[in-house]
Amino acid sequence: MSGQKLHVIIDGVEIPADIGQTILEAAQAAGIYIPRLCYHPELVPGGHCRLCTVKANGKPINACTMTVTDGMVIESDTAEMNSERRHILEMLFVEGNHFCPFCEASGSCELQALAYRLGMTAPAYPYFFPRRRVDASHPDVFIDRNRCILCGRCVRASRDRDGKSVFGFAGRGIGTLIAVDSPAGLSDTQLSAADRAAQLCPTGSIVIKRLAYRVPYGKRRYDLRPIGADIEKKRTDDG
Amino acid sequence: MSADPQSIIQEIMRRTGTDRGRLLDIAREVQARLGWISEESIQAIAEALGVKPVQVRDTVSFYSFLSLSSTGRSTLRLSSCVAGKMRGSKAVEEALVREAGIPFGQTSADGAITLVHTSCTGMCDQSPSALVDGKVLTNLAPQDARKIVDGLLHGSSFSQTRVESNIRQTGPVIFAPLDRGAAIRAALNHSPQEVIEEIARARLRGRGGAGFPTGMKWDFCRKAQGAERYLICNCDEGEMGTFKDRVIITEVPDLVFEGMTIGGYALGAKQGILYLRGEYEYLHKQLEEVLERRRRLGLLGASVCGREGFAFDIRIQVGAGAYICGEESALLESLEGKRGAPRDRPPYPVQRGYLNQPTVVNNVETLCCAARIMEKGADWFTKMGTRDSTGTKLLSVSGDCERPGVYELEFGIVIDRLLEVVGAKDVLAVQVGGPSGQCLAVKDLGKRICFEDASTGGAIMIFNTSRDILSIVRDLTTFFVEDSCGWCAPCRIGTALLLKKMDKILSGSAVRRDLIELESLGNTVKTMSRCGLGQTSANPVLTSLRNFPRLYEQRMQPGDFSPEIDLGLAIRQACEITGRTPSGEGGAR
Repeated sequence: MSGQKLHVIIDGVEIPADIGQTILEAAQAAGIYIPRLCYHPELVPGGHCRLCTVKANGKPINACTMTVTDGMVIESDTAEMNSERRHILEMLFVEGNHFCPFCEASGSCELQALAYRLGMTAPAYPYFFPRRRVDASHPDVFIDRNRCILCGRCVRASRDRDGKSVFGFAGRGIGTLIAVDSPAGLSDTQLSAADRAAQLCPTGSIVIKRLAYRVPYGKRRYDLRPIGADIEKKRTDDG
Repeated sequence: MSADPQSIIQEIMRRTGTDRGRLLDIAREVQARLGWISEESIQAIAEALGVKPVQVRDTVSFYSFLSLSSTGRSTLRLSSCVAGKMRGSKAVEEALVREAGIPFGQTSADGAITLVHTSCTGMCDQSPSALVDGKVLTNLAPQDARKIVDGLLHGSSFSQTRVESNIRQTGPVIFAPLDRGAAIRAALNHSPQEVIEEIARARLRGRGGAGFPTGMKWDFCRKAQGAERYLICNCDEGEMGTFKDRVIITEVPDLVFEGMTIGGYALGAKQGILYLRGEYEYLHKQLEEVLERRRRLGLLGASVCGREGFAFDIRIQVGAGAYICGEESALLESLEGKRGAPRDRPPYPVQRGYLNQPTVVNNVETLCCAARIMEKGADWFTKMGTRDSTGTKLLSVSGDCERPGVYELEFGIVIDRLLEVVGAKDVLAVQVGGPSGQCLAVKDLGKRICFEDASTGGAIMIFNTSRDILSIVRDLTTFFVEDSCGWCAPCRIGTALLLKKMDKILSGSAVRRDLIELESLGNTVKTMSRCGLGQTSANPVLTSLRNFPRLYEQRMQPGDFSPEIDLGLAIRQACEITGRTPSGEGGAR
């Protein structure tokens, strides 16, 4: 960075930003949380979930890839954008088979936590009830596609962080699935539980075995503080 | 098809090389030679390209002309386009099922034929149509089914039916006499920057539908930093009802290549690529011959038209069945051997496009216009059309009219007048711009075809008063469900939900609340989707809701709520699974 600062206005608050920074990064640096699911700071942005969509100078655009320009006016935490985000969350819930009460990711699941944060109740859309395969062949990790939201974090993490490309997409449209690098299943791939790809799943789709329910209720990641609170903490601390 | 995939793939790669970017070519040829892409083939391709098998699968599983399960010796793909349906494709389908003895989606027991549906094949003016192993069958009737099936069963070689160009009206820009090389020579009299200025002065706008100023696009690309520059011709018109590019590359391929060469000169590009949609594979050979002739004439090659330092050549990339690849950044992904998922912008292709280099992607017709502008001048061009839409536009007209086909007309023609020209009577609705365009009612027929009023990439589909518009909206929505790339959630899931809602409405069980939900859903898809195509995928629903509200209201049941599921059916299914019946109907068994 040249050190030169830009300024953008997000939900009426002026914040500094660097040249080349994305809207999401600039907001985050200023302690403003923009909802997201497929984004992860360790990975190149994917643009899959669209939850980070904001209006930049009046035009909807995803904050994870759009870079800031000086004086940009951003609307994020508005009734309109949050309503659209809830609709996308509802879509993700009906697309797969998500049963929070007995999912080991419950309480630490980003999908669930965002639904709570944005005030989603029951999805208004009809469920698809797809038949999805569970692959528990690997000794240390399993993938349950019922809980997959196709955020592609595993694909990017395995390719770019682990250098293994264990995961990929397969098919297209509503039939898209996560594929693994062997017809025999996860056990026949190079995946290790220590891989970032095994650890960055936002839901309970890719899970490390033998850790379920170890964290007691009340101490799970989002039990006491909503998702995004860690980012917003910076702002309250500074302010 | 008893050949060893390993040796076949090695043979293919001796020609294509082991460049990962050629994966689509390799996969297409494996498909053609072996009938499908087996796990063994995936492994062999991955090994030769030095990538993981899951990455090969990622690409090949995306394209509908590439099959990951074994298919028959021949695959018949019947176009499920709306125009075909209006001309009796359902009866053709039934006759094919009867003759082949298998339903669609299956392969005959002897392994001879696989029957499948496919998206619009660009033959809407001569539908129903089908593709058999890359060859085109048009104007199908139920009585043709026996001959087709017999031919396939006995493995007799298949001859393509004649594809008509159906040019109903020629104009001065596209379908005018062509002096090969004249436009290039005219361009070479100017500096590249002057060429761009002339195109800008002609106020040429992209003919694919979006209408971006071509001169500006070329200028951005020329000024962008990069080691190489590329000029891509987008000949992947997959939008239902669009077939004008097929007619251009059939009738005036030289004009297209002329425009590409001028673009190459203006940008400083050495390489042009024409991306030909897989459905038009039957034109591939003749296009290669045209390119070869142009090389012989010195219109392509090391020094084009004898100009030292201006080297330019063109290659053709054939697609493999994916509408989304008509979106320019998805097309670039496909060209690089990947799944055709659009990219996030910025960066725009003019900054970082093909192989991360500055790239211009232009529509076939746009490049033809560029060639004519250089030949005849911007002043000549701007005399035609309207202030914001200069020149002529090719319209591909299908549906209820006497003279379906291609028309070259000046921008600004009033739709009412167009309907007279094509011989349309008792019109109920006109779909302007294909499924991603708008469904117009009679009250809107005073609109003009131009970017500032009713904009279209070329598709005009006409529906008369005998048609059920809501069924058509459902079919147009199905098109998006099948052709959504699946990358982003709102388009992937939202289009499938729109279809579910349309089904509920058509079943007669919807209430007013469903219409409110339908509109809200459509708006979410429009606002939140990633690419231009996703953002327009709710247009059939949204524009018909706006223009035909009464057609929807007529189908509404009274009351505030009706369930999304059929409760009776759900109970029957539960009974079957549990082996029990509700106590009111005879108690437990």
